[in-house]
Amino acid sequence: MTRFNALNLVKNALTGHKNWTEQWPESQPKAEYDVVIVGAGGHGLGAAYYLAKEHGITNVAVIDKGWLGGGNTGRNTTIIRSNYLYDESARMFDHSVDLWQNLSQELNYNVMYSNRGVLMLAHTVHDVQSFKRHVHANRLNGVDNRWLTPEECKEFCPPVNIAPDARYPVMGGALQERAGTARHDAVAWGYARGAAERGVDIIQNCAVTAIRRHPDGSVAGVETDKGFIKAKKVAVSASGHNSMVMETAGVRLPLESMPLQALVSEPIKPIFPCVVMSNAVHAYCSQSDKGELVIGSGTDQYVSYSQRGGLPLIEHTIAAISEVFPIFNRMRMLRKWGGITDNTPDRSPIVGKTPVQNLYVNCGWGTGGFKATPGAAHTLAWTVAKDEPHPINAPFTLDRFRTGRLIDEAAAAAVAH
Amino acid sequence: MIQIHCPYCGETLPELEFAYAGEAHIDRPESPSAQTDEEWAEFLFMRQNVKGPHFERWRHLHGCGRFFNAVRNTITDRFYITYKAGEPRPDLATLLEEDNK
Repeated sequence: MTRFNALNLVKNALTGHKNWTEQWPESQPKAEYDVVIVGAGGHGLGAAYYLAKEHGITNVAVIDKGWLGGGNTGRNTTIIRSNYLYDESARMFDHSVDLWQNLSQELNYNVMYSNRGVLMLAHTVHDVQSFKRHVHANRLNGVDNRWLTPEECKEFCPPVNIAPDARYPVMGGALQERAGTARHDAVAWGYARGAAERGVDIIQNCAVTAIRRHPDGSVAGVETDKGFIKAKKVAVSASGHNSMVMETAGVRLPLESMPLQALVSEPIKPIFPCVVMSNAVHAYCSQSDKGELVIGSGTDQYVSYSQRGGLPLIEHTIAAISEVFPIFNRMRMLRKWGGITDNTPDRSPIVGKTPVQNLYVNCGWGTGGFKATPGAAHTLAWTVAKDEPHPINAPFTLDRFRTGRLIDEAAAAAVAH
Repeated sequence: MIQIHCPYCGETLPELEFAYAGEAHIDRPESPSAQTDEEWAEFLFMRQNVKGPHFERWRHLHGCGRFFNAVRNTITDRFYITYKAGEPRPDLATLLEEDNK
């Protein structure tokens, strides 16, 4: 595989870019693997990459029913942050932000990580109190986050309307400067390239229809469109369809799948310097390097696999964006879409072992999985390789729904992740 | 916009008038103190999360305020039927057959 560097770039430019090697080969399934990962999104491909790189397990297949990175990896609004309230979440997401910092160098693939800062606006007294509590909790956990006055918010992000008579008055904001965005597709492609380089098979357009178990209960392999594939270990990371895949192994999960919508505007010149989230009114906005405003909406309230989502939510989001950023109220929107998120009752993920021996799950990331891609993948690979929890993913067990040790980010982190 | 039929009001109205209230036909345990932790986890948290026809509860929040049940296809978001709370679960095969006509 040709490395990306200045010398190779010049060399290939001189030969008309005809001699680049392929990023990952088109693989056909072998009869048996040490590890099969279901779902070729960022999380699954990342886990395969870290299994190969850090644990020396290279007889690995990542299987997807569509193309790689075609699910929620390619459907999110690319926001990366770690200002979560609870210790467990702060550790997980900050581990991820740590890995994001030099992921491009690590993968030799430009994931365009940009720590442009994430500003969360407070519109009510309750917002102010709760965000200040977040700021303090974050700082105790070593996570950067600080409080800005309305004027400082305006200075940091000029399009924000801080007029006192605004429909959603800005009473301040919490700013995490290390947070930002990345190019979502590149994350999947970079991990896929890195994993394939180390011998991992990436099998696309091949649906896993069931997980087969030995008579003693442990995992035997997966049934797929292309026949049965034997596997010593199976890890499931299939976002909105996790509960369906796991059901075939007899594991019930506390998940509900709901569409989360996003939309982009026509491209404009650079005007929006950071990410702004306004949880109270459901307006999340940043500007991509192409110039489009990337706008996040909320989830539908009902279980659905439609990958479209309901129109009332989009209407509400656009109304909120127009109020918070009046400068954008005549912009045209180009596209909208939905991704199917798998939500747990406490809005925290489930990462790790399951009641079935040698079966692992990475699910419940809900509306906030993209930012966690490197951290989730890194700790999942550890758990699969060693058959034990990583210190960071240890609290995120399936068993917490029986014991009651929930990690209740839902109330604290509001809706957006 | 999804249109939902309220079986109490007898009207078909936009989804904005309604609130989703989770999976239907989950019975609260008769003797809570006799339940094991596993049974509580099942009752409180585990859900079918069906891809296809889904039995669910809705509330006509901005209308009569009453809860009712519905069968909706979670792939297309189309409602097959809505029925009053307390009525028995309709037979799915019959519903789908009628829908195909």
